[in-house]
Amino acid sequence: MTDATTNTDTGNRSGIEIRNLYKIFGARPKDYVEKVQAGMGKEELNDKHKHVLGLQDINLTLPPGKISVIMGLSGSGKSTLIRHINGLIMPTAGEILYNGRDVVKMNEEELREFRRHETAMVFQKFALLPHRTVLENTCYGLDIQGVDRKESEPIAKKWIARVGLAGYEDNYPNQLSGGMQQRVGLARALANDADILLMDEAFSALDPLIRMDMQKVLLDLQAELKKTIVFITHDLDEALRLGDKIAILRDGALNQVGTGQEIVLRPANEYIAEFVREVNRGRVIRAETIALPLPEGELPKMKVKASSVLEKIARRMADAEVRTATVVDAANKPIGMVDMTTILTAMVTPASVEEGDDEVEEDSAA
Amino acid sequence: MASSCWGLPELLCEFPSLPNSTLRHMRMGIDDGFRGIVRAYSDQIDAATRPLQWFLNTLEHAFVDTPWFIIFALILVVVWFASRNPKIVLGSSMGLAFIGIFGLWEDTMTTLAMVTVATLIAIILGLPIGILMARSDRMQKILTPVLDVMQTMPSFVYLIPVVVIFGIGKVPGVIAVVIYAIPPMIRLTNLGIRLVDKEVIEAADAFGANPRQKLWGVQLPLSLPTIMAGVNQTIMMALAMVVVASMVGVGGLGKNVLQAINNQFFTIGFLNGFALVAIAIIFDRASQAFGKRLQKHSEAGHD
Repeated sequence: MTDATTNTDTGNRSGIEIRNLYKIFGARPKDYVEKVQAGMGKEELNDKHKHVLGLQDINLTLPPGKISVIMGLSGSGKSTLIRHINGLIMPTAGEILYNGRDVVKMNEEELREFRRHETAMVFQKFALLPHRTVLENTCYGLDIQGVDRKESEPIAKKWIARVGLAGYEDNYPNQLSGGMQQRVGLARALANDADILLMDEAFSALDPLIRMDMQKVLLDLQAELKKTIVFITHDLDEALRLGDKIAILRDGALNQVGTGQEIVLRPANEYIAEFVREVNRGRVIRAETIALPLPEGELPKMKVKASSVLEKIARRMADAEVRTATVVDAANKPIGMVDMTTILTAMVTPASVEEGDDEVEEDSAA
Repeated sequence: MASSCWGLPELLCEFPSLPNSTLRHMRMGIDDGFRGIVRAYSDQIDAATRPLQWFLNTLEHAFVDTPWFIIFALILVVVWFASRNPKIVLGSSMGLAFIGIFGLWEDTMTTLAMVTVATLIAIILGLPIGILMARSDRMQKILTPVLDVMQTMPSFVYLIPVVVIFGIGKVPGVIAVVIYAIPPMIRLTNLGIRLVDKEVIEAADAFGANPRQKLWGVQLPLSLPTIMAGVNQTIMMALAMVVVASMVGVGGLGKNVLQAINNQFFTIGFLNGFALVAIAIIFDRASQAFGKRLQKHSEAGHD
């Protein structure tokens, strides 16, 4: 994710506001929610009362027109959380506000209408209808809305072409590869023309190369469509690549919320720091973050955008064989400078978290 | 018995049962009460079974009175459209020819009419019951033991109440066949719907499908192979029960078999038995091939 934060027209659209959300699994969850709110721990709830704390005290704003990534390992509650947004799972306590309405308080009919028109979902294992062709699968959301096939088929065909599957309209899902099936899943979700797009580990089941491919497809589409996307993943690289905003979930609680850069540069705790050390920092940190004050006198000739990531800048500078560059903002006004040493220092993982590994490397080299 | 009791007291030796007189009163009470109820409502029962009687007679006449070559061709056409498999059609024509050559055509038609009606009723009743059972765990808990009883109770036993209520003839015969043949239809409909991929159901929910859209758009189409297996089993069980039902006055191949048993006519017994087998195989292969053809989307799998 590089330049998506610059110019989005999201003026009066509503994001999704998750407030004080608790989810307890078990026979009588309501009885324990107050105790949990008062500070009862996950272990006590589990050992003494045989209830599982799924999510605790989630407060999260998912901005409109942006990709918000919820990251966590398996069992962190991320899939539970995304299912609260369209009411597939109802919370034990808390609110989910969208356009001034609380999803939790909707009755069955309202919830169905909300799902039909405001949300669409993409699933980890695709969840396509095996007895329908690609075209019919893509029409599914519109079929449910009661749209006539005469109207829905052109829309579906447009989206099938847009995700790169033109010509496959009459194939059945299991005649397609995993990557192609997920393209159908994406086309099915997009054909719904809903503002909210929920993606539950949508690319996790795909091979690495195909996953990168799909990430690019998603970013390209998003640059044009500006949907409110909630993306679930267990892969930090994917989170950093896609997320305008990243929320890290662990054991059902939010550990850190911020931009990719914030998380990489200032991990909130040991757990996140552990994740972050394997990350390619050059793809996350932006020029403005490490820019030095403007020098007295003449500015370096090469100009780089404040929002560019270090990897790109380093490559350009190396190609041009220069050691310094001027950082300019969106209006092309100089705001600072960078030099090769600063860039390299920022790109490598700080020594403090790296020490252990270094010793091992030296030993094995010797 | 009592002699091999190692000198134990009476109570421990023989299982303490209710006194014979009590049991006798109980039996008579239940039987008389049952008969009384049936007698009191005999008009209503007659009226209720009249459409069934009419349906059965019409179909039987249609099968028996139509010239044999038309029925012969009709069956082959149906088999062809169900299976699209020339081998199955050829096999069916051989089976039917065997039946005709040995002079069993008319009896076979009677049996065919009977089985057709019984199967149709079993599907019409079994499908919605199976759907209900799939939708509610409580319904499943109630129905499972009922189905267990229906399947394990010796089929001769429930001929008794059927005869008490409906008398002797085709209608009670069909009812007995339906009771015997309906459990697999119900069970496999239930199973098929419950086995539909949870993720696909969740996807339908996420797109805002209502229960009706989920049932017709996702659950039934995806459970169709299992449901077809249920239809297949129902047909097979109906064919098996037709012989037993001949004891209450159902004509056709079953009656011949029953007579052969009574008179120890070895050849007649086997010829009629093989005729039933021939029909069973035709139905089985055709319905299975049809079930497979419904799954054309699962052919040519990618992985």
